Amino acid sequence: MSHSESAMPRLLAGVSGARPVDHAQHLRLHGALPESLPGLIDQLARAGLRGHGGGGFPFARKLEAVSGRRGRPIVVVNATEGEPLSAKDKLLLTHTPHLVIDGALAAAAVLGAREVVIAAESGAAVAAVDSALAQRPRGRRERVEVSVQMVSGGYLAGQETALIAALSGREALPMLTPPYPFERGLRGRPTLVSNAETYAQAALIARHGASWFRALGTAQSPGTRLITLSGAVSRPGVIEVAGGSSIAAALLAAGGASEPLQGILLGGYAGVWAGPEAQSWQLGESELRARGATLGPGIVHVLGSSGCPVDSTAHAVRWLHEESAGQCGPCVNGLDAIACSLEELRGDGDRSGAFAHLERWCSLITRRGACALPDGAARLVTSALRSHRAAFEQHARYGGCEACAGRSGVRAARQRAGVAA
Amino acid sequence: MSELRIDPISCVAHGMCAELLPERIWLDDWGYPVLDAEPLTPELEAHARRAAAACPVFALRLQRGSRPAGRDPRGSVGRERTDSGLTRA
Repeated sequence: MSHSESAMPRLLAGVSGARPVDHAQHLRLHGALPESLPGLIDQLARAGLRGHGGGGFPFARKLEAVSGRRGRPIVVVNATEGEPLSAKDKLLLTHTPHLVIDGALAAAAVLGAREVVIAAESGAAVAAVDSALAQRPRGRRERVEVSVQMVSGGYLAGQETALIAALSGREALPMLTPPYPFERGLRGRPTLVSNAETYAQAALIARHGASWFRALGTAQSPGTRLITLSGAVSRPGVIEVAGGSSIAAALLAAGGASEPLQGILLGGYAGVWAGPEAQSWQLGESELRARGATLGPGIVHVLGSSGCPVDSTAHAVRWLHEESAGQCGPCVNGLDAIACSLEELRGDGDRSGAFAHLERWCSLITRRGACALPDGAARLVTSALRSHRAAFEQHARYGGCEACAGRSGVRAARQRAGVAA
Repeated sequence: MSELRIDPISCVAHGMCAELLPERIWLDDWGYPVLDAEPLTPELEAHARRAAAACPVFALRLQRGSRPAGRDPRGSVGRERTDSGLTRA
């Protein structure tokens, strides 16, 4: 076993195209999860591990919130990944499931939970977890029951409260908070809901500690993170980078951009558009938030010269509108209005009218839904208008461009399923 | 001080609240209420109570307690927002 502090990759060690890392190989690569985990919450806090699902919430604080509640908690692994430009959680479950399972077991041990539920959205992921569970020795599983559950329900099924609803056999609809899942989650129990990658990182911290974790990455963004690269890159897919690496370095690791770069979408469909200057930006949630951007669940999408930011944004907002649970008026009406305006900008001739209300609608719908879906759509559009203003004005004056008709960009990346690792 | 909150899931845009409390509630382009960020004043409290009571689907609530508000400052006047929502955990 090699636990060299600066060795890369960490999470993706042993992961190759073909077979998943089985239990024997997992033990060779990472060693066994320690039987007792005293001070794990403290280690996680010192490691500075934050949620990798998009929220970026400190994992140790979430554990503390759950452990402070009455009643036996439940641990939920969120690997639903409804975001079209993300593939990392699927990759973790299908290629190195034992790391995710170990992390969930470590959390369960700390919380005194007897139940772990892994929520996946694909049959392949469910099968991979099932076969991984069958490979594991019985001892640990007698105390903690680990199960995997298929959750369908699209993008919103990954939203915490909607996920709880889906796992409870109800429709995957977001609920009004509070109560939050850490207060009243699955079957009314205090529930730890975290992203699959977060658990995988925790599994390594439980073994090697906080200083080992911090040996890679920056003070602000310690450790490593999985990034799903898509769009105009030579080798789209999932890579692992040290926190704080530049976007340019990540692109280089994927063979570089395949076209002259027009823009970068960070964080996914509910993310933030930036111009080519974003190549020098650092891949870390703190660093990106300071620039008004986000890494979301680790998404970098490259818009090449053949793409169109208006078309890509229109496509993303229409998709988000279709994924809306349809529960809240501002979201249902606002997203439709915004998507219609953007679609109009792709049409022929003078469309200056379509531009008129976009910014006002974006600010009007923000923070007015039960979940953050409208906020994400508004942020996407606002950032597109800011970083690709000229393209929007061009469309308003002269109508849709050639790229609009060609349907490249985000739409094509999704159709090609080029995000699959 | 009490604060108003709108449950956006229950609200179906009857719009009574905006008629009864125009000082703090206005309607968006689609008829759904928007709460002003300005806190309630003692003089408005009775009107706010009346507006909440008039909501046919109980989507407008006047809260006194110290619970941290959920999402949305315009859905919760007078209290800081705690972040949640579409965090995919």
